[in-house]
Amino acid sequence: MYGLCILSALIALIPLLLIFYHTISLGVSALNVDFFTKLPKPVGEPGGGLANAIIGTIILVGLGSIVGLPVGVFAGVYLSEFGNNKFATIIRFLTDVLNGVPSIVIGVVAYTIVVLPMKHFSAYAGGFALGILMIPIVTRTTEEMLKTVPNSYREAALALGIPQWKATLRIIIPVALGGIVTGIMLAIARAAGETAPLLFTALNNRFWHTTLDQPIASLTVFIYNYGVSPFEDWIAQAWAGALVLILLILLLSIAVRIVTRQRY
Amino acid sequence: MEDVLEKKDIEFKTVTPNTNVTSAMIEQPKAIKIKAESVNCFFGKVHALKNISLTIPEHSVVAIIGPSGCGKSTFLRSINRMHELVPDSRITGKLTLDGSDIYAMDAVVVRKRIGMVFQKPNPFPTMSIFDNVAAGLRMNGFRDKKKITDIVEKSLHQAALWNEVKDSLSKSGVSLSVGQQQRLCIARTLAVSPEVILMDEPASALDPISTTKIEELVYELKSKYTIVIVTHNMQQAARVSDYTAFFYMGELIEVDVTKQIFTAPSKKQTEDYITGRFG
Repeated sequence: MYGLCILSALIALIPLLLIFYHTISLGVSALNVDFFTKLPKPVGEPGGGLANAIIGTIILVGLGSIVGLPVGVFAGVYLSEFGNNKFATIIRFLTDVLNGVPSIVIGVVAYTIVVLPMKHFSAYAGGFALGILMIPIVTRTTEEMLKTVPNSYREAALALGIPQWKATLRIIIPVALGGIVTGIMLAIARAAGETAPLLFTALNNRFWHTTLDQPIASLTVFIYNYGVSPFEDWIAQAWAGALVLILLILLLSIAVRIVTRQRY
Repeated sequence: MEDVLEKKDIEFKTVTPNTNVTSAMIEQPKAIKIKAESVNCFFGKVHALKNISLTIPEHSVVAIIGPSGCGKSTFLRSINRMHELVPDSRITGKLTLDGSDIYAMDAVVVRKRIGMVFQKPNPFPTMSIFDNVAAGLRMNGFRDKKKITDIVEKSLHQAALWNEVKDSLSKSGVSLSVGQQQRLCIARTLAVSPEVILMDEPASALDPISTTKIEELVYELKSKYTIVIVTHNMQQAARVSDYTAFFYMGELIEVDVTKQIFTAPSKKQTEDYITGRFG
């Protein structure tokens, strides 16, 4: 039994190791200073980089977080702390449904309600689509993490004459902060790795965007475009893009962990 | 329903003509701090408290004893409206604090005036010892740092914990021993200066030495506060309390001066319980 568990754990690690191995071995060759500072070059011209896509991804995920994180965290707090009613049960169910909606569908929805009225693709539309994707992940993990906080802390806080919202904000959420942050990081990683919803919303851009009202580049869309191209240098850049994406998320995770670590 | 309850009340009074709730309490001159009149509490369909009438005099210690599930904790929690956290709970009858209806007041105000210490010590895990004691003050809008420091020190003194923690106030509250944690929780309760302190088996998770400390504390605190203490431990009730109430199956069987209850209870059930024949 014990052996079987160890074996399964190792098998689960294999895809991760393969991903690391491939992205590093195939991507490192295309990584250089230009990759981080230059715009993509036209076909046939060597060199160039994906600077606009790196910044684009950061902006898109940032916009998505502005939409997704507050809504997700507050909804999770509501479900956990005030959700002893039918309304909450319905919300909980719908959140799970939303979590299961394929991301391309969310892209189409964002296309319909943001891109069509604006009459052009934009960073806003991309951020909106990513935000929608993030909401259910953040909501459910926030709720689950808050539910692991023992009730005795809620009781202790209320018994001191602390209003419930203050107790939630300053005592209960801090206890569950580590878990809530994990949920947020999961959502950010998921959003940063999405391609499908961006195809309908942010589109892509081979140049620097000048406003957020325009199509914007993103690493994932570039990885897709370059990865399926017949040009060797583009394929190498696609691998490098994947590597940079993974490293970005890793760095962000570490930074957020350091900032939010518990004092005790 | 009402009819049944009223009949019960009458029955209760007629069976015990000489000792009962009111006569025992009237003898002493202290003002009435808390008064329960025909309190019934329900959780869904479970009738957890049945027609409880009880007066708690100011600056006294009232112990509530009884076997598990007899409603003693429920009664305690209905005093500061903590039972309301349980969905589906319902209460009837009247509970007053200094004559004003507890259930007509804002629950937050009630809980500021009626503090509570729980069975399991529960210091806030993300806070230091100092912050734990200051939590109630800060979150009720206190800003004056000097005053907060003074109150924290005073509360820790009162809870007999100051000497043990004065050099480690910035350490985590959960780094203390369980007994110290419980005194920290008492200090935290004292810091918001309540008038009444409810204690729900405050020593049942503690070792004998810590238990003694808590009991001594209860004895000292009674000069300033009114204390209601639920306990499983009858010796503890006998040691610390002025009055003892015996609950059984959701009913108040008997309440009297502690000495009377433990030497000559008027009800057979009380006698059986305190002599260890059941419970």
